[in-house]
Amino acid sequence: MEFLSNLISGLSLGAIYALIALGYTMVYGIAKMLNFAHGDVIMIGAFTVLATVATAGFPWYIGIIASVIVCTVLGVTIEKIAYKPLRKANPLSVLITAIGVSYFLQSVALLIFGSGKQSFPTVIKANPIKLGSLIIQGNSVVTLIITTIIMVVLTLFINKTRLGKAMRAVSEDKDAAELMGISVNRTISLTFAIGSALAAVAGIFYGSTYGFVDPYAGAMPGIKAFVAAVFGGIGSIPGAMLGGILLGIIENLSKAYISTDLADAIVFGVLIVVLIVKPTGLLGKKIREKV
Amino acid sequence: MKFLQKMSKDMKDRLITFGILFGAFLIVEILILTGGASRHLQAMLIPICINMLLAVSLNLTVGFLGELTLGHAGFMSVGAYAGCLFSIYCKDLLPVFIRYPLAMLIGGAVAAVFGILIGIPVLRLKGDYLAIVTLAFGEIIRSVIINLDFLGGAAGLKGTPQDATFISSFAVVVISVLLILNFLNSKSGRAIKSIRDNRIASESCGVQITYYKMLAFVFSAFFAGIAGVIYGHNLNILTADTFDYNKSIEILLIVVLGGMGSIRGSVIAAVIITALPEALRGLDKYRMVIYAVLLIAIMIFNSSEFGKRIREKYDPKKLFAKKNAVKKENADE
Repeated sequence: MEFLSNLISGLSLGAIYALIALGYTMVYGIAKMLNFAHGDVIMIGAFTVLATVATAGFPWYIGIIASVIVCTVLGVTIEKIAYKPLRKANPLSVLITAIGVSYFLQSVALLIFGSGKQSFPTVIKANPIKLGSLIIQGNSVVTLIITTIIMVVLTLFINKTRLGKAMRAVSEDKDAAELMGISVNRTISLTFAIGSALAAVAGIFYGSTYGFVDPYAGAMPGIKAFVAAVFGGIGSIPGAMLGGILLGIIENLSKAYISTDLADAIVFGVLIVVLIVKPTGLLGKKIREKV
Repeated sequence: MKFLQKMSKDMKDRLITFGILFGAFLIVEILILTGGASRHLQAMLIPICINMLLAVSLNLTVGFLGELTLGHAGFMSVGAYAGCLFSIYCKDLLPVFIRYPLAMLIGGAVAAVFGILIGIPVLRLKGDYLAIVTLAFGEIIRSVIINLDFLGGAAGLKGTPQDATFISSFAVVVISVLLILNFLNSKSGRAIKSIRDNRIASESCGVQITYYKMLAFVFSAFFAGIAGVIYGHNLNILTADTFDYNKSIEILLIVVLGGMGSIRGSVIAAVIITALPEALRGLDKYRMVIYAVLLIAIMIFNSSEFGKRIREKYDPKKLFAKKNAVKKENADE
């Protein structure tokens, strides 16, 4: 029973990682860049909820809507200002710019909210569910349900709609997509918007799970989600979901049964083993080399 | 002038690099002797040397081998702990001038061994996958160190003798830069650069890819370990938390800013990146914001058309060439 409850809380943590990893993987698939600032968008999302709900006293749903809007606008703005001028530049320059954006968001949050940990308002109110001796946190249930819905909708959006088709086309071949009349710029903006909106949702769940936010709160989940995206095969959307969920479960189980301090090391260790066996991740595509 | 013209391009390049290094060293020494150097500046000197070493060594893998690694701080921490442990145990046995260089060699060697161990699995991967696995190794090293009691655990390792001085650190930088430049100009160095430029072509010319990749990786880890030893001997407490992926990213930032594949660039950028947050200290709490904005602006400027035009216009080589051409014309008349 204890195992099952650990598994479920791992699943819910994994669902949060998966949400963040989706943002990483979508942006990578389309813009071929590692958006290191993605983790900090989560932090901004969580702080927006804190500011609207705890400080300004709005009801929780306003907080959530505000957070999604702020993050979406932020994501698109970052792309327009910082990444768009570098679209043809060396990938490492883009990486460093993303790191610059990450520093920027952290230091702005530090200026506005201070460096201390602030307690996150209870946005998700759900009673724990009891099934015999098994107790499941209400938080985990809500996280799991909402993430599942989001993932289903996202998968449908990408596979069934015209915009989704455009996104797939741009990620496959930018030039060919442009020749087919797809606006590459608009598609990239859309990707950033979706990724950042997902980050906002993830930020709310993350804040609710851990109960606090600080300006550096986004860094570690960001890195973990990045690992999850690579784990599943970066650029692959089902891969990010799978990678995120597996990562959450591994992390939670090793925290429960092996060692709290070494949980991160174990997560990274599993990643290394997976990549050595399957060098492009679990669901990544093999790239054939042409001579 | 004739002497200068006779020199190979490579030799000239080296002279400029070492000229810059020694010039900066002289200015700093004069400032210290005349009392013109503030305490902030003096406290920054050793960190600058450490960052130079780190950047130059990371440039070996990122700039010359062409593989992005995000775990350089891991090698630094391994070297730091190995060297500091040695120094703590031999504090009373050996005099400083034997103990400290030995500590550096030990730190570097242990880091190099880790480089081999990590390199075997890592170098099979490519691109972003390689980057994430090196990041993972860095984080694993950090969490394992925190959980090892004989390394001080989370509280940190105390009692390392404060052996690091600016002059000795500077000497290490000069020797390392010299060694790395020689390495890059050797047969091995050329092989490494050929792998970066075209792996398939160099493989079909008989270059042993795995061997040379490993060589660059281990060499780079060795110097990172030495940088770690200096770092450890400059501080009272050595904590593993300072060697997280942010540190690796900071080193990468120096390398990219200085220009990948340019040793001189790494040296100059190390000074700028280390000194910039200090220089912005006057802005108080806005300093990190401004630092971030500057960073983004520099990256955008560097790859924009406008930036390229400006750089071409003020390229020192071209300016120099023009002057020479004018002189020649005058002489012909």
